[in-house]
Amino acid sequence: MPKDQGIGASSKRREDIRFLTGKGQYTDDLNRPGQSYAYILRSNVAHGTIDGIDTSAAAAAPGVVRIFTSADMEGLGGVPCGWQVTDKNGEPMKEPMHPILAAGKVRHVGDPIAVVVAESLNEARDAAELIELDITELPAQIDMAAAISGGAALHEEAPDNICFDWEFVAENKEAVDQAIAGAHHVTTLELTNNRLVANPMEPRCAIGEYNAATDEHTLYTTSQNPHVIRLLMGAFVLSIPEHKLRVVAPDVGGGFGSKIYHYAEEAFVTWASKQIGRPIKWTSDRSEAFISDAQGRDHVTKVELALNENGKFLALRCSTLANMGAYLSTFAPCVPTWLHGTLLAGNYTTPLIFTNVKAVFTNTVPVDAYRGAGRPEATYQLERTIDKAAREMGIDPIELRRRNFIQPDQYPYATPVAVEYDSGNYLQTMDKAVEIADVAGFEARKTESAGRGKLRGLGVASYIEACGIAPSTLVGALGARAGLYEAATVRVNPTGSVSVMTGSHSHGQGHETTFAQVVADRLGCDESNIDIVHGDTSKIPFGMGTYGSRSLAVGGSAIVKSVDKIVAKAKKIAAHLMEASEADVEFANGEFTVAGTDKKVAWGDVALTAYVPHNFPHETLEPGLEETSFYDPANFTYPAGAYICEVEVDPDTGVVEILNFTAADDFGNVVNPMIVEGQVHGGLAQGIGQAMLEGAVYDVDGQLVSASFMDYAMPRADDLPTFEVDHSSITPCTHNPLGVKGCGEAGAIGSPPALVNAVVDALADRGVTHIDMPLTPKRVWEAMHD
Amino acid sequence: MTTVSMTVNGKPVSGDVEGRTLLVQFLREDLSLTGTHVGCDTSQCGACVVHVDGESVKACSVLAAACDGAEVQTIEGMANPDGSLGVIQQAFQDHHGLQCGFCTPGMVMSAADLLQKNGDPSETEIREWLEGNICRCTGYHNIVKSIQAAAATLNGQVQAAE
Repeated sequence: MPKDQGIGASSKRREDIRFLTGKGQYTDDLNRPGQSYAYILRSNVAHGTIDGIDTSAAAAAPGVVRIFTSADMEGLGGVPCGWQVTDKNGEPMKEPMHPILAAGKVRHVGDPIAVVVAESLNEARDAAELIELDITELPAQIDMAAAISGGAALHEEAPDNICFDWEFVAENKEAVDQAIAGAHHVTTLELTNNRLVANPMEPRCAIGEYNAATDEHTLYTTSQNPHVIRLLMGAFVLSIPEHKLRVVAPDVGGGFGSKIYHYAEEAFVTWASKQIGRPIKWTSDRSEAFISDAQGRDHVTKVELALNENGKFLALRCSTLANMGAYLSTFAPCVPTWLHGTLLAGNYTTPLIFTNVKAVFTNTVPVDAYRGAGRPEATYQLERTIDKAAREMGIDPIELRRRNFIQPDQYPYATPVAVEYDSGNYLQTMDKAVEIADVAGFEARKTESAGRGKLRGLGVASYIEACGIAPSTLVGALGARAGLYEAATVRVNPTGSVSVMTGSHSHGQGHETTFAQVVADRLGCDESNIDIVHGDTSKIPFGMGTYGSRSLAVGGSAIVKSVDKIVAKAKKIAAHLMEASEADVEFANGEFTVAGTDKKVAWGDVALTAYVPHNFPHETLEPGLEETSFYDPANFTYPAGAYICEVEVDPDTGVVEILNFTAADDFGNVVNPMIVEGQVHGGLAQGIGQAMLEGAVYDVDGQLVSASFMDYAMPRADDLPTFEVDHSSITPCTHNPLGVKGCGEAGAIGSPPALVNAVVDALADRGVTHIDMPLTPKRVWEAMHD
Repeated sequence: MTTVSMTVNGKPVSGDVEGRTLLVQFLREDLSLTGTHVGCDTSQCGACVVHVDGESVKACSVLAAACDGAEVQTIEGMANPDGSLGVIQQAFQDHHGLQCGFCTPGMVMSAADLLQKNGDPSETEIREWLEGNICRCTGYHNIVKSIQAAAATLNGQVQAAE
């Protein structure tokens, strides 16, 4: 029987009540007394020198409070990058200044040039039209290959537009070359991982406020990690110490990575609100979001896979051009390197792997992590190549994967790309997916489709990802400029209710429900007695935030650590109340008992006594019942699974219909199955969106031509099928207290290769071996008729 | 400035607005009804859907002045009189039809209009009806289930009353 609360229950989400009644508090729903409004004038050319900015007419326009340009901001830092990658030559990556407002040059369409602050947004926008810009255009670098082959440099520091040239694992290079040269079969595939726009439905917003009485700054912002913003902005941009800077991220309407990063607008409103002595609000509109939110993916890759006569993988060699855009966003350098190269073993025993990644500056919006971040790119190149190899060698693609899977008795499994998988069972998830998708019945269905003139295809993909980011020691050695632990305070209030302050921050994942389930399970109390507090640096001890499917694995583990400390202390109080030895006190179902007696004391009595310690042994027991923990994970977690997609292609039009989509995942233990399934659905939608519909397209001049929801094809309800999802294959994580692995990104990682493999399968008889995403009808039709 | 008067969630309201003020701005900024959201600027996303005289309308695409005298209903007016969730709202919670919640008000208002026009929609009809409402979180799977469940509940209520 399903549980009705605690771990394993599909508890209904408590946060839904406010969202369903219009009472959610998103940043743009907030207004501060005396608030003014900012409108940002952005570059409409991709590359140019700023020869002049005349704001005189705009400054005289009605309602204008002040106009700011980079000239007003001398002495402030630039927007920092949080991860340093080392070039193969041993030098650090090129890390050019990213000013808050463009200084001297503009480097992408959307680069902010001037900000008008006015009494109303309309007045700010009207005035901005009166600003006269004198910009001399330079040649725009859009194509990565051209940018690194003598294209005009974006930054003086990087004359060849290369940010870094990275080799991994460098010492394997020669052995990989030899293995490929001598292999029975080598499959080669060149592919593009299309650039995406995250497009959370809530556009970014930032409100800055300064309190002259206390010299305190407050930033309200749409962020997945308010403490990280406080750290980056306070220390590196504005020189405001932590105790004078509060960052609040209230309800956040989706992020998918794009709200991890520290953005220039946050620094601007925080700083400028002090200059004018009034709060300043900036809200992005969607058109602005398309040219100012960090974008995702954008790799061009060549893959070579060497196999022996039995189809065993011998070696993998990859080379990738990774687009950084015009500046380095917060975590951009780690995406094509440590979140990508380390996953190239996939689910397989490939013994030798080498990859080369050149990160390239172009006159486009900065690129950073988007749902999956590096892992979708690795999975796509691997799973597409394996499918092509299977076809070339005449081996069933599922069978070829099975032959190469890491076996269940091989864990812990050290890959040749620097990570150690703690647990997994890839045969099991594959078997589950094959069963649910009825692969055995496919040939009959294909024949039936053919009778209707349709081409049916079946595609499979395995995936593995590294989640629960991340062990601080490891990431520090790899260039991270922060630790990636998580913090949690658990406070038992005098009446026995529990407040949990977590550094994780939901932007739709339902933390308030899931975390309450974990605590309720541990304390044996009702979920409704537990309050989850997040998103405010003044209420939470510290935090690294929510991304990389880390919230439960890392944030949840920090909560468990604090709960365990609470129980330990509560036992001391209970022992005192029952006049028993602490060692004899047992705690279960919210009640303290003494073994072998009928003595018991209720949770509420212990809580009250902690705060009314009239008879405490004060020399050995402190009043109060509150504990704080930092949890630093011992390893990444490794969710994995198998996805199967079945499609029908109309040969006359190139239209692809997804008939069914099966996802069989191993997420380790599951706290709330309903929420986990919802996360998979959403990930699948974004992965299918990438494979079928989405693409950020720049023209040769650097204009983003897919810069609205009219042009950028977001998946709509009638673009997607009903999904079959299964998470019954469970190999618990071996190193965190909950045995959980993380589920947020899986769907977006495994689905693009499954879908593309299905379409290529449908068209294989017509000689099609590859089509680049998105698989628009035009591309599919052209592939058939080439 | 123009004075506009309308009924919002059953209450008469009025305000002075610029001619260019959109209904969604009037609701959010003048009436502080921030449940209606703005997710785009091209009338694509549907986060701002409200009912005007009983029909679902994108509040970003109609001027406040054009709604003078109208009956407007927003997400804030969808709960039962005792404050508990209405049938459609409850179905969204029961079937996890929302994640970040930003598109949700528009989804609920759009679903309500569908169900008053078509009491027993098929999955295809639901998916096609939601063409103008974008959700980035759920993949629509559970939104469709929520609307199907709401339809079943509402049909049950109708049958019980008959």
